[in-house]
Amino acid sequence: MTEVKFYGEPPPGIEQDSLPGRLIAIEGTDGVGRSTIISILKDYLEAGGWGVVDSGLRRSPLVGPGIDQAKEGHTLDPITLNLFYATDFWDRFERIMLPALQAGMVVLADRYIFSLMARAVVRGAARQWLEQIYGFAMIPDQVIYLDIDAEDLVLRILERGFDFWESGGDYLHDRSIYDGFMQHQREQLREMSLMADRYDWDVVDARGTIEEVFENVRRTVMPTVESMSLP
Amino acid sequence: MFISDEFMDLPGRLIVVEGIDGSGKSTQLDLLHKWLRSEGFVTVFTEWNSSPIVRDTTKRGKRKQLLTPMSFSLIHAADFASRTHEQILPALQAGVIVLADRYVYTAFARDAARGVNRKWVRDLYSFAPPPDLALYFHVSLEESIRRIGAARAEIKFYEAGMDLGLSEDVSESFRLFQGRILQEYEALCDEYDITRVDAHQSLVTQQVQVRELVEPLLEGMPRRDISDVPSHFHTGYVALAAGGGL
Repeated sequence: MTEVKFYGEPPPGIEQDSLPGRLIAIEGTDGVGRSTIISILKDYLEAGGWGVVDSGLRRSPLVGPGIDQAKEGHTLDPITLNLFYATDFWDRFERIMLPALQAGMVVLADRYIFSLMARAVVRGAARQWLEQIYGFAMIPDQVIYLDIDAEDLVLRILERGFDFWESGGDYLHDRSIYDGFMQHQREQLREMSLMADRYDWDVVDARGTIEEVFENVRRTVMPTVESMSLP
Repeated sequence: MFISDEFMDLPGRLIVVEGIDGSGKSTQLDLLHKWLRSEGFVTVFTEWNSSPIVRDTTKRGKRKQLLTPMSFSLIHAADFASRTHEQILPALQAGVIVLADRYVYTAFARDAARGVNRKWVRDLYSFAPPPDLALYFHVSLEESIRRIGAARAEIKFYEAGMDLGLSEDVSESFRLFQGRILQEYEALCDEYDITRVDAHQSLVTQQVQVRELVEPLLEGMPRRDISDVPSHFHTGYVALAAGGGL
């Protein structure tokens, strides 16, 4: 059983004390390969007989379309953007993650609250404020961090193209897209590595091939998954 | 916080009104607004739940009944954040008068009535600039229901707190939910520097009181010279028998 504990005060509407499923958050910066790893891991676990649900940012039925629309305008201030994402996170938690955990499934969260906090911190938000707000989040059974540095990351991004928000375009106006990307990602990665220590994450080196990274993730995750009774 | 020290002492004036549905606060703010404009003051008006960026999401959530106490709280905070950034802060920095129909206290009262942790909601809104004047229009539950009954055919799902399952009956749920909000407002008046206005008094009596409270804040606020403009051109000029001048 997974004990239902929160980073801060328990939010209203959650009655369970424990849940039969497992909540595993995969954190890592933009383009580090989270989605690829999660999709392989999902297939792997399902083949082993476990029920798996994945949930990524902006997929909440409530807020998803609104965020996409708002981001097109490029006019979002950091607090509004952050609160949009906080709403999206909560909606997905209540609607997708919680029922799946209740049904005894493995929930693979493609990013958790930490990416959201890191993005806001680099844009000037106070850590304390973010920690207070995101205190509503349930503490996952495990957080896996796909670790990379900006120099290795940019080589992958070059192949798929730069994104306005991933390059800090909304707040680093006067930089070239490359400089903006490097500065934004370096600061974000520094925030993430601070949190890795603080929240006791399992760090997996994301610089290798997909096969190598997946094997490391698999080895790290399996004890958590297998602590549930085998299907 | 985002609201760093540079935003703590802005030259503008922030005046907010609060109260349950049917308290008459919007009418009073509207009269105040028209008076200020007729006197040549530059004003910016902002109301709850009106950010062009966020509003559609909130609307969809309400229509499809997707909102729970926490998502209700968060999406309203997003709306407020967007208006703070685009309307309230720029106006306060420019040194003009901001009139807000509902402010953070609405969230404090409603979200607490929905069971959200009171401290958490206060932390959530800690980026909000503190108002120079907060008016609470106090009205009894019975009187508010009487007024709303006369003005509106149907009470909306979330206004009645139907999401909380207090009662199957909309009117009964509305009564229970608004009663909770009323209690929260009472406590907020003690916790914050909020001025109570007895909203059972006549409309004109209340407006006279409101203007008296606002007047001291107007000193030094930029004014347009409207002396050679005929009074009926003064935007929405309202003649109040007992209205105070400057």
